[in-house]
Amino acid sequence: MTRGVSVIPLAPDTVWDVERIRKDFPALHQQVRGKPLVYLDNAATSQKPQAMIDALVAYYSFDNSNVHRGVHLLSVRATEAYEGARARIQRHLNAASTREIVFVRQATEGINLVMASFGRRFVAAEDEIVISAIEHHANIVPWQMLCEEKGARLRVIPVDDRGDLVMEEYARLLGPRTKLVAITQVSNALGTVTPIKDIIGLAHQQDIPVLVDGAQAVPHQAVDVRDLDCDFYVFSGHKAYGPTGIGVLYGKERWLERMPPFQGGGDMIKAVTFEKTTYNELPYKFEAGTPHIAGAIGLAAGLEYIAGLGLDRIRDYEHELLTYGTELLSAIPGVRLIGTARHKAAVLSFVLDGVHAHDLGTILDQQGVAIRAGHHCAMPVMQRFGVPATARASMAFYNTRAELETLAAAIEEAREIFA
Amino acid sequence: MSDLRDLYQQVILDHNRKPRNFRKIEDANRTAEGYNPLCGDQITLYLTVDDGVVKDAAFQGSGCAISTAAASMMTASVIGKPEAEVEALFHRVHAMLTEANGGAAEVGKLAVFAGVREFPSRIKCVTLAWHTLQAALSGVAEPVSTQ
Repeated sequence: MTRGVSVIPLAPDTVWDVERIRKDFPALHQQVRGKPLVYLDNAATSQKPQAMIDALVAYYSFDNSNVHRGVHLLSVRATEAYEGARARIQRHLNAASTREIVFVRQATEGINLVMASFGRRFVAAEDEIVISAIEHHANIVPWQMLCEEKGARLRVIPVDDRGDLVMEEYARLLGPRTKLVAITQVSNALGTVTPIKDIIGLAHQQDIPVLVDGAQAVPHQAVDVRDLDCDFYVFSGHKAYGPTGIGVLYGKERWLERMPPFQGGGDMIKAVTFEKTTYNELPYKFEAGTPHIAGAIGLAAGLEYIAGLGLDRIRDYEHELLTYGTELLSAIPGVRLIGTARHKAAVLSFVLDGVHAHDLGTILDQQGVAIRAGHHCAMPVMQRFGVPATARASMAFYNTRAELETLAAAIEEAREIFA
Repeated sequence: MSDLRDLYQQVILDHNRKPRNFRKIEDANRTAEGYNPLCGDQITLYLTVDDGVVKDAAFQGSGCAISTAAASMMTASVIGKPEAEVEALFHRVHAMLTEANGGAAEVGKLAVFAGVREFPSRIKCVTLAWHTLQAALSGVAEPVSTQ
């Protein structure tokens, strides 16, 4: 790729051996449409390391049983593996206790749990929930549902033309009516990294709890919930090198203790009579029914894998990819990047003059390049930036500079077809 | 690459750049809205139907090249046709797009869309305009969705 762009040298192979790392991901080594797969849809879901796949296979092959109820050995092993996964995730997030780690289906369910449990207990008519203009639908719609049910109000922090939140407006939105702030740490549509510690700090000055949507953060950087001091934190397993169908809600114990159960059923109870049911202790109060045991084990294995690579090194390598990709795309006539926040994750959301994102997605797919084309479950973001849809290339630590060059060449081809 | 040229034929690219009948019919007696939530394509279709014959057809909206060209060429091909013939044409177009041996017989210029059959995720881009047309003809008030 020679277009006169300056090339930022990546870390030498001894530091980040991307080819060796790619060997850990079986799905990356395939041809699609007769071309080597270039997987740049990581914000939608990540590919899976062999270690995670092995953990799933081992669980189902040897330890498969139900948890928390059997006296037999398999159930003991399954329980130990499931609770071991919880402990692994607690350490990964630096939570104070495993009592604060609740397994859910994905970030979406984590937010819905807080909405249904915290929201129904602590939010009343005329109260306010503060979100931002760059939230995923998963962090908009549950709060709209709650507001409609309670007669509460949704307040939205505006975003500037770069994709940064307007913090002065945020400060003005907080007040005695504010019952919760729910904000993403990293925008899936724009890549914006929000000033989440400042957001939490401002809310806490008025004793307002904060939920952080970490779905796009956990796969790409170290997250320390005690350092953030957030009250709730949610993320999905499948974007963080784990399986689908598993996610995590972290909640401060003092909040979780005061919140009613989310769903009723087995496992979330201590004793049931027809007169009265005593709920189980944390975190089981929030885990009704047989959980996704294999999913939890797989997620722990996925997080262990990225922790082994080094979360800070992942962040640094991905940032170099972002820098290189930004230069490549900016050099293509007609490409306009949507989202140029000061602090960005490795997401390139863009439009190409005269070529709709959906057409671009099809043309790139013919070159083996997998990107997302559409509104990215963030329709208000698309409206804010005046585009019906964008193309989005989202990177992971196993992507290479050569893959970004393939992306750029495929965009050039789209320009030629539509010329 | 050859597949891509089958999909993005010059006729389609031309209709995308210069959509025909891209306007509002002020005194239309049939209108309908279509929306594809997958990609955000949106169309408003206007018809003037007189004595069972489509006298005029036009559309507005935004979408990808395939959906824009499909709406453009659809309006051009239904003007002057009786409703029953429009319906039959839609069935032939649908068969062309979805059936292995659908062929491209008796659809006239719309045969340029035959290549879309090889791109299953894009078939709805063509059919959005047609489903909206059906809704307009049958007087459906709710917006049509391809989902």
